[in-house]
This record gives sequence, structure tokens and C-alpha cells, in this order.
Amino acid sequence: MAIREDVLVVGGGIAGATAALAAAESDAKVRLLSHKKSTLRQASGLVDVLGAIPRGGSTDGSGAVSDGAAPADEGSTDQSELVADPLAAIERLPEDHPYRVVGADGIRNGLEIFDDVVGDAYEGGHTDRNALVLTHGGTVKPTARYPQSVAPGLASAEKKTLLVGFAGLTDFDAPAAAAHLDAAGVPFDVDGATVTFPIQFRDDALTTRFAKALDKDQSGVRKRLADVVSEQLDDHERVGFPAMLGDDAGEEVRADLEDRLGAAVFQIPTGPPSLLGMQLEDLLFDALDAAGVRISSGNLAVGYEANDGRIESVLVDQRGNEVPYAAEEFVLATGGLVGKGIDSDRESVTEPVFGCHVPHPEDRYDWSEPAAFGAHAFARFGVVPDGDLRPTDGSGSEEFENLRAAGGVLGGADTAREKSAAGVSLATGAHAGRRAGEEATR
Amino acid sequence: MSKTPSALVLGGGSTGCGIARDLAMRGVDVTLVEKGNLTHGTTGRMHGLLHSGGRYAVSDQKSATECIEENRVLRRIASHCVEMTGGLFVQRPEDDDEYFEEKLQGCRECGIPAEALSAEEAREMEPYLAEDIERAIRVPDGAVDPFRLCVANAADAIEHGARVETHAEVTDVLVEDGEVVGVEVEHASDGGSADGLDSFVHGEPGTTEELYADYVVNATGAWAGQIGEMADVEVAVRPSKGVMTIMNVRQVDTVINRCRPKGDADIVVPHETTCILGTTDEEVEDPEDYPEEGWEVDLMIDTLSELVPMLSEARTIRSFWGVRPLYEPPEVGSEDPTDITRDFFLLDHDERDGLPGMASIVGGKLTTYRMMAEDIADHVCERLGVDAECRTAEEPLPGSEDFSVLRDWMDEFGLRSPVGLRSAERLGSRIDEVLGEWDGPNPTVCECEAVTRAEIQDAISQSGTELNAVRIRTRASMGNCQGAFCCHRMANELVPEYDEPTARDALDDLYQERWKGERHALWGEQLSQAMLKHHLHATTMNRDGDPAATGEEIDFGAFDAGESEGELSDTSGGDRSGDAVADGGRRTRTDETEGDADGDS
Repeated sequence: MAIREDVLVVGGGIAGATAALAAAESDAKVRLLSHKKSTLRQASGLVDVLGAIPRGGSTDGSGAVSDGAAPADEGSTDQSELVADPLAAIERLPEDHPYRVVGADGIRNGLEIFDDVVGDAYEGGHTDRNALVLTHGGTVKPTARYPQSVAPGLASAEKKTLLVGFAGLTDFDAPAAAAHLDAAGVPFDVDGATVTFPIQFRDDALTTRFAKALDKDQSGVRKRLADVVSEQLDDHERVGFPAMLGDDAGEEVRADLEDRLGAAVFQIPTGPPSLLGMQLEDLLFDALDAAGVRISSGNLAVGYEANDGRIESVLVDQRGNEVPYAAEEFVLATGGLVGKGIDSDRESVTEPVFGCHVPHPEDRYDWSEPAAFGAHAFARFGVVPDGDLRPTDGSGSEEFENLRAAGGVLGGADTAREKSAAGVSLATGAHAGRRAGEEATR
Repeated sequence: MSKTPSALVLGGGSTGCGIARDLAMRGVDVTLVEKGNLTHGTTGRMHGLLHSGGRYAVSDQKSATECIEENRVLRRIASHCVEMTGGLFVQRPEDDDEYFEEKLQGCRECGIPAEALSAEEAREMEPYLAEDIERAIRVPDGAVDPFRLCVANAADAIEHGARVETHAEVTDVLVEDGEVVGVEVEHASDGGSADGLDSFVHGEPGTTEELYADYVVNATGAWAGQIGEMADVEVAVRPSKGVMTIMNVRQVDTVINRCRPKGDADIVVPHETTCILGTTDEEVEDPEDYPEEGWEVDLMIDTLSELVPMLSEARTIRSFWGVRPLYEPPEVGSEDPTDITRDFFLLDHDERDGLPGMASIVGGKLTTYRMMAEDIADHVCERLGVDAECRTAEEPLPGSEDFSVLRDWMDEFGLRSPVGLRSAERLGSRIDEVLGEWDGPNPTVCECEAVTRAEIQDAISQSGTELNAVRIRTRASMGNCQGAFCCHRMANELVPEYDEPTARDALDDLYQERWKGERHALWGEQLSQAMLKHHLHATTMNRDGDPAATGEEIDFGAFDAGESEGELSDTSGGDRSGDAVADGGRRTRTDETEGDADGDS
């Protein structure tokens, strides 16, 4: 029996999930295809909307840093200016940036869906302002939404802070991070201490092992950890740990530690494997289930069938067979270079599922800059949307009437330097999904 | 008794370190100076081939004979730096039959064990060789780790009383009464540690120092001409660049050579977890400033795919270039650098230029570094009146002493067995000293190359804060992810011995150095990997927008201090945010920050 829906979303990250949820609001029948684990396990779990305007970041004279509000005559062209008010700053982005297509209202719509999905698990929705969150590298980063467990650690709250690291966890060195934060000018005293976790794991055990032990309170580990930390506590008002304070029972673990320590306890987002990222993925998939979205995972979309400028089905590889998934409207949310929604070889850059046009410099040595944190062209690779987020071909016409794109597969945003990846996914996912739903149920 | 005769060796590559070790073992008081870290020049930028001599068996039989002799010596004295992979010279249909026979004959004439194989036999050894190859010759080529080899020589020189100074650039050659008496060096202000007891940096950063010795050896390779100029003698080194492209895995486990007279892109060397494709041969003016071009990378992939077709679709992780210190007597006058001999020359500036007290050693190759060192050490000893035999061909290097007992690394040092195995391969007989004596947790810092904290700390104790020097000693950050997951961890290992700003600078230097080579591999999987790295370091860590680095003054009060900030905080006086709002909270600003918000929008 043929598989047919109103809306088919290809891609299971933040953009795809948001698009599917937005489409489902119009009572469309929605299916989401995901290939494998999303890139969220590599992401911090923070929801950045726009944290920085990269200085000198415009590679094409398209109008970045144009309105005079940006500080000029800075020696280096590769630094960023941190942004407190993301919605107000979007007009300083290049004209081909996805935010310029969906606007501030588009971002609000995306955040609204997000806030509904996560409920109390995230904070930051009380204001349009960015919060400065501590990073595991020892500085601060502006973000729009942050997990509940991160909230007590915001850099703008002036509280004497103790950072705690563990001797076997190499990703986070608490004394170094504390000294670094001090150099970054945070408005509070901060110290760092390296302690030994009360349970002995193999030396290179990942954070997930620590989290599981705390979840289950294995061998009374919570009390023992609190005892170890309280030796360093003195008059510190809050204590920050790398994000390993439990997984399923994270809030219980944190409350327990706060109780025992008599101080606020918070988590500092980390790199992979990121518990906070994986927890966000769980929240998104729970919401998809609740919204009645069908989910097909584990197989790769490899092509499509089209007729007269409309896509009829997406072909999915299932043990060597190409199975068609038909729908009225389609959303492309396969991610960027990391998620393999954008592919490349020595000569060209491509979008592998629908073959949408991806502009790129001819010489691959122009894809990147000599400075490691330069304004790399590759960071902005992606499809070029029209005003309704439909990918366009080289001449500016839509590739397909019923295909919209969302998230990392869209070009024009340097989401790493802008700290905008999740925001772009939410805003464009909300728009593409809502429009797909409207069109399919019209 | 007269004082101990002294020698000054310029250059911390394989030749310089080899000379320092040799002279120190013969009782000479040796000081070695190097402007960068050890292997900074050509040694650290070669393809890692331990020659059997097969490559020179037709064109240059003297070099070929030296290669096979030294190949055998290094297997004995530097076993922890060498992997005997074996090598093949592979003939394709378009390659000359006669040359194949000459190669086979040449190998036999030079004493290189060589065996002709059919195409089927060759593919049995290396299944990914092209279907249409004709036949092959098997020779004892191998892979050698130039970093480990160089560091082991330097360490043994120190063991025998030598002083080794890195980050000490020669700024002048001191000549008194028509004789070279020493050099002036400048101690870099930004490299390595000044105070680490075991470090190779001793001079006060930013100062100059005059070093005197009875004899000076110029072993600066491609830079030998520049040293010569300081002493007003001409050393006509002809630097020739070559590209090397690193693959993500070992597509082959045997060194694969193309069996044809000469040409670019004719060798694949399996090296640790990778394969290295090489190379080109083009003369350059300045050994430090020459173009690194994409066509060279393309040439490696496209031409070597003729031998190993899967390379055309395989993933490369970076490319780098090295500069050969080629030399030929000026009267030869070769036009093409590929015609210049790979032999080495000892230039005695007394005989040649009437300037006593100094000799230069030029040309040659890593495989014969020890023999070159022996030759020049003989020369120096003769000049200094030292009567001592060379022992470097017999005495194993530190790490290669009697190390044959198979052990269970996991139990012994608490490591997962693959990590233990890789550690043991790198450290050789030093494993007890480095891992066995480590006190405290020993997590894996670099997962791609399986490098643990103990090994990183051992490298830091040798090389101070320069993480690139730690990298070459341990291979940390040299694997598939190119340091995405471990650059910052390596920097963390510097704290608390060094302060946080020092660690941060070291991280920036390492990260940028990695990026330089990654740019030559930015497509396909590796571009995806580079984007992940960019996200981990820019998005997650915000290293590019770090106020500590940019100097940006942040108005912390302009940012959200948290919804519940008002309730929890009752001790610190400086609360900026107001109470939680009552309307559900969305899109509402606290009073005090509202003005700021309008101000910067």
C-alpha cells in the first residue's frame, strides 16, 4: 500500500521537528523522515537565536554591518560583537540571511512552538533579551533559551560562583574556566576546583556514566558528591558542574545537591556527547508523538519523483529498494554540512536529495579563509530560498512549487559565528511547516 | 688537562639531532640550537618513508646502497619509530617493461632484497591495487615517525650531557681572527617554557645570547644558505618543495611506489592511522615562503588513483608541504630539481672558503640521517682531536631498548586495550616511565590517536607550553577530527602548571596550525568534519566571540539575568533584574534593562 500524507518533512533535527509541529497545527496529516540520530547530541542544548554579529563577516558586500550601529575600526576583522537584543539586531544581518526572509515575527513564531514543546524544561521565554551562559571553554555566550538546569548560572546574576570539574573529565577544567571567566570580565567572583568523583569509573568514562550513577543515586553518590564539593564551598552562592548531573532524573539530582549544599546548583553545557542536546531531542520527539506526527526513521532519502514542477514523492532507501513516500507538500530539513543536508566534492557543493541549487565559489580555496575563525564561505553554504522559503534555482525561480526548506540546509547564515543555529531552525521550520500545512489542507 | 672540546650544532632536524647525539656519545660538549621546535623544518614535513633504497636503485646506486644499510640500522636502534610495512614497486600497463627489469636488477646490485610478483600476488598483499596493474617488485620499505626519531635522538644527546635549545634562532655567526668561534641566538619570546626543568628551552625569552664553541656545524638543511650568508660563505642549497596529502585511513598497509623513472605523485606511505600521498618536486626561492597550491593536492589524488582507485573517492584530512634541502656542487648545474642527487655533502668551510671552525652538511634524506651524522661527527672529532668511535649504529635510542615482552596493557595501566597498544607503539620501552609512573586518573585526551593524559604530560614536561611540540611528540590532534575534540583538552592539560592566558594562547596557536593544513582537504566528509569543528569551537565554546580574547567590554546588565533571579538572590547587592513577571513572562522586559535594550537596538 502506498505511503501518502499531506505533508512530508525530510529531516529529524530541530528544523524538521518544528516544521512537522507547525504543519500539524493545520490538521494536516504529517510524516517526518529521519535518517539517523540528529546532530543534537553534538549540540550544547542551548537555543541560540542571534548571539553575535560577526564583524567583517560580510563576504559579498550584501549589507552586513551596514547601519552604523556596529563598532568600526576594530583591528581584527574576525571578531564578533555580542548581541543583547537578538530581534533588534537581525536587520544588521546580510540580506540573504534566512532571518531577513522570515523577519522578527517568524522568529517569535518559532520560539512560541519551542516554548510549548519544552514547557518548564527551558527558561528565557520571559524576555526578548539574550542571556549570557557560561561555556565549558571558560567564556560566556549569548543565548535565547536555556535549560532549567543552566538558569542559575547566568553570567549577569552577580553571585559568587564555584565551578567544579572532575579529574577524569578532560573537556572541562574548572580552575582554567574560572580564570578565563575572570579575564572575560564577568561581574562576580569565580573560583574553580577539580575534585574526584566519588565513584571510580574507568579513566575515560564519558559524562553519561556519571549522569546514570547520579540518576540512580548509586552507592549514595549524591551525598558523597555533595560532601566532596562542600569542602570547597566556603561562601560561594552557586556551584556549576559540567552538564552531567543526571539524565532522566536530572532535576531531582540537582534539587538534591542544592539541598545538601545550601547553594544554587547549575550545569554548564558541554560538547559531545551532550546530555542537554539529547534531552532536547527527546522533548521534540515526545511533542511530535503528541501532535500525531508519524515518524519513519533509520532510512535515507535518496531521491524524488516529480511531475510538472511539483514533487510527488520522496524516494527512501529501504534495504536497497527505493520506496516512494508521497505527499502534497514537502519540507527539506536535512541539515547543513554536519548533518549531510549539504554535500560537496572537490569541484562542487550540492543538495543531495532534490538537487537544489547551492551557490558556491568556483575555486574550492575560496570556500574558506586563512584564519581559523574567519568569515568562511562554507559556513554559509546552502540552498537559496525565495520569500516563501522555497529553494530557488540559479536564475531565482523556485525549484519546485511544493518544496520549502528549513534549518541548516538553508544558505546565507554563518550560524556558528552568529550563534544562531537553533533560532534559524525554529524560525524557518515554523514558517515552512505552517505554509506546507496551509497549502496541503487548502 | 685541557677542557672538554665543544661543538655547536645548528638545526634541530633529524641530521642536527643525530649529530648532537653522536658527538655527545663521543664525549664532546655539545649545544644544539633550533629556531622553532624540534623537526620544525624539513624533518617534520616529510612523508615518513623509511627507504629500502629501491627508489634510487636505478638512478643513484650510491644512495640506494646507503639506504638499505641504514634501513637495517634503524630497525635495530629505533624500532619504536619504525613500522616495517614492506613496499611494492607497481608497474601499470603504460609503464616501461625495461625499467621494471632495470629496477629489479638495480635492487639486487645494491643488496636490496627484491622479489618480482605477479599482479595477482601483489593484489593478494594489497587488495585495493588497480585491476589492470602488470606486476610488482617487493622491497623492504617501511614507515618511520620522524618526530619520534628526532626527539629520541635529542633526548639521548641530553642524556649524554648535551644542551638542546629550541626557539633559539641564530641571528649571527661569530667570526674572530678569520675563524668561526660561535653564534649569536635570539631566544623567542613566545615559544615554549622558560622555566620547565626538563624543557628544551632554557634561555631567557626575548634575550640574545652568544654561544661559543670549538667547532660549529651548520645542519640547517634548506636554511643552510642563510647561515652561510651570516659567515660570508656561499652554501648553494636548492630548496625544492613537495606536497603530501594525508588520508583518513590506511587504504594500503604496504608502501606503494609507482615503478617508473621519476615523476610526481608516485608514492603512498601507510603511516600510523593514515596514508600519506606524495609528492611533487619544485624548486622554490625561499624555504619559508612559497605557494601551496590546490592543483598539487588534486595531482596526488588523481595520479595515485591510477594505482589505488579507491583513493579518488576517499577522504583526505589535510595536506602539508615540505622543502627538500637539495644540494649539488655548483659545476653540475641540473635544471630540473628531480635530477639533483639525493646524496649528502659535507662542506668544510676551511678547505673550501678559507674559513676554519665551521662545516655545513647539506642534501641527504631522513633514512640516512645517522650515517650523515656519523660522517660529520668523524670530521668534527678529527678537527677537535677527539679520538672516539661512533656508537650510534649499535646503541638503541631511548624507547627502543630491549622491548619485546608482550604485555597486557589494559591491566597494567588501566587502559582500554587499543589505547594501551597505541601508547606502547609510540612510547616503546619508555612506556613504564611514562604510564607506569603516572599518578592519578589517566583519561584519553585525544581519541582519534588514543593519547592519554600521562603521555601528554610527559610531552609537556619536555616541550613546555608549545602544544604543536606536544602534538608532534604524541600525535594528539593529528587524527581524523584534526583536534576538534581535543585541542582544548590539550590546552587544559597545561593548567595549573602554566596560567590560563598561556594555555589559551597555546590553544589558539595549535588550532590555527591545524586549520592551515585542513584547508587543503575541505570537501566531502572532511568539510563536514570542519563544520562540526567550527560549531564546537565557535557555537558551543564561543571562542571567536570570547570577550577575554576580543577585549570587548560587555554590559552584563543588558543581558537576561534569569526569570527567578529576584527570589533566589538576597545576598549580593548588585541585582539588576526585577521580579518575575506575572503574565506568563513572554516577551516582557524587566524595568531596569528596558532602557538599555532600546539603546542598542
